[in-house]
Amino acid sequence: MTVGNTTTQRPADATATGAAVEIDQVAVRFRTKKKDVTALRDVSLRIEPGEFVSIVGASGCGKSTLLKLVSGLLRPSSGQVRLHGEDVRGPRRDIGYVFQRAALLEWRTARKNILLQAEMRRLPKAQVRQRVDELIEMTGLTGFEDAYPNELSGGMQQRVALCRALLHRPPVLLMDEPFGALDALTREQMNVELRRIWRETGTTVLLVTHSIAEAVYLANRVIVMTPRPGTVAEVIDVDLPVERDYGKTMSEPEFARATGRIRDLLGATTTAE
Amino acid sequence: MAAQSAIEQREPTAPARTPAPAARRPGRTGGGLLRFVQHTWRPAAVLAAIFVVWWAVTAAGLVKPYLVPSPGTTLDVVLAQIGYFAHHTWITTYETIFGFAIAIVVGVLSAVVMVYSPTVEKSLYPLLLFAQVIPKIAIAPLFIVWLGFGLTPKVVVAVLMAFFPIVISTVTGLKSIDPEMLQLSATMGAGPGQTFRKIRFPAALPHLFAGLKVAATMAVTGAVVGEFVGANEGLGYVILQANGNLDTPTLFAGLLIMSLLGVVLFVVVELLEYFVLPWHASRRTDAATTSL
Repeated sequence: MTVGNTTTQRPADATATGAAVEIDQVAVRFRTKKKDVTALRDVSLRIEPGEFVSIVGASGCGKSTLLKLVSGLLRPSSGQVRLHGEDVRGPRRDIGYVFQRAALLEWRTARKNILLQAEMRRLPKAQVRQRVDELIEMTGLTGFEDAYPNELSGGMQQRVALCRALLHRPPVLLMDEPFGALDALTREQMNVELRRIWRETGTTVLLVTHSIAEAVYLANRVIVMTPRPGTVAEVIDVDLPVERDYGKTMSEPEFARATGRIRDLLGATTTAE
Repeated sequence: MAAQSAIEQREPTAPARTPAPAARRPGRTGGGLLRFVQHTWRPAAVLAAIFVVWWAVTAAGLVKPYLVPSPGTTLDVVLAQIGYFAHHTWITTYETIFGFAIAIVVGVLSAVVMVYSPTVEKSLYPLLLFAQVIPKIAIAPLFIVWLGFGLTPKVVVAVLMAFFPIVISTVTGLKSIDPEMLQLSATMGAGPGQTFRKIRFPAALPHLFAGLKVAATMAVTGAVVGEFVGANEGLGYVILQANGNLDTPTLFAGLLIMSLLGVVLFVVVELLEYFVLPWHASRRTDAATTSL
């Protein structure tokens, strides 16, 4: 694990399989009072270290469930989930998690909210202080360190949540519709910044989103899921340059191809229902 | 929690990425005291008006003095027997605060246990409810029989009265935690103790304080009910004595002091809340609820 490692930000991939995340024939079934619900069935995925993978699909198709499986917050009913070659058996500490709502503690300033991660992990203070300053600068929070969440805009709150998720240099970052509650303009801004932050940190990112444009702009690969019971409909490789100017990328033929394909898939699957 | 609304409110200022050094919280400095005065003068004025009406009615002779004494007579009675009133007020204050403190400790602890163990919650809830619905005035004589004539039975009745709102509010507060916060805590590798100390308990404090405010006034009632049933000191005893002697000025004095006691305790809890939870939503709005 790379927690506390200050020289390299790339996760060590010296595991047997080399994959950052492996999902193997996974199914998830919930039992409610009336009936059994299959949230996910027959999902297999392999995500390489340093990849940025977006997951799109209709509401309720199990996108978030997939992230919960990877983080160990949820156990699969069948199949296996591996993180860096290790079986996921319970909540994993070697990940960062960002939710749709920033989930900040109202009684803590931005800086102290970021530091919650360090306190829970009992990381040495001196080392953490510098890291927090780094993150605050990287995410553009400078000047807002001592503001309380209610004094911050939605975008700023998500920046704080992102800093908190990145503090311990997690090799895998899980993001569950992190920009879903933001207005369109702030969202584009955050997309550009997330792309930059991803390139600076080299973290593996799994991003669940409802925005097709966001999914394609940010990712190397987009996983399109079918409606419930969710499974992988298609994995789309995004063949765009590493350097992605937001406006330019939107007008690339490859961008149009990828978004068009995803729209077809999502549209087709919803009309088929 | 208020993420959505906060976004709407704050968004216009967001894209301009200018530092906001002036964005300090209100209520930590003298400005807070000023605001306190601003919110206090209206209820104070209403109280004063009531006294004026009371004075006018008695001064005009609309009611007989032995039914409603004038404010002046009442004050004279207090001043003439200041030691007597001080002693009995102290006794009731002591019972109230002692009962309130025990109710807080027992109430918060049982709430925590109930939240973490559904089994305990299911078994304890009916008992709690029973303790709440049984009329305290009816059960108080039993405590006198069991615990004697001293302060203990009064404290017990005060605890019984104050306990219930504290338990209910703390349970509600601890259960209202955002599940995502708990999941986040799990991914941070936090143990149950850490999660409770750093996330769950602080998040429950606004609820807890709501319960404490109700409980504070209940504790006074409890102590006085205990005194009514059997006592030789305390404000409840003073009122009973005065009633027996048709001594309405003393009766009124006792009532006023007793009400004042409840109000003071309530305000103390509010002030405590104000300083412990400056972040809490209800404190942010200008319509803050300083209720005196």
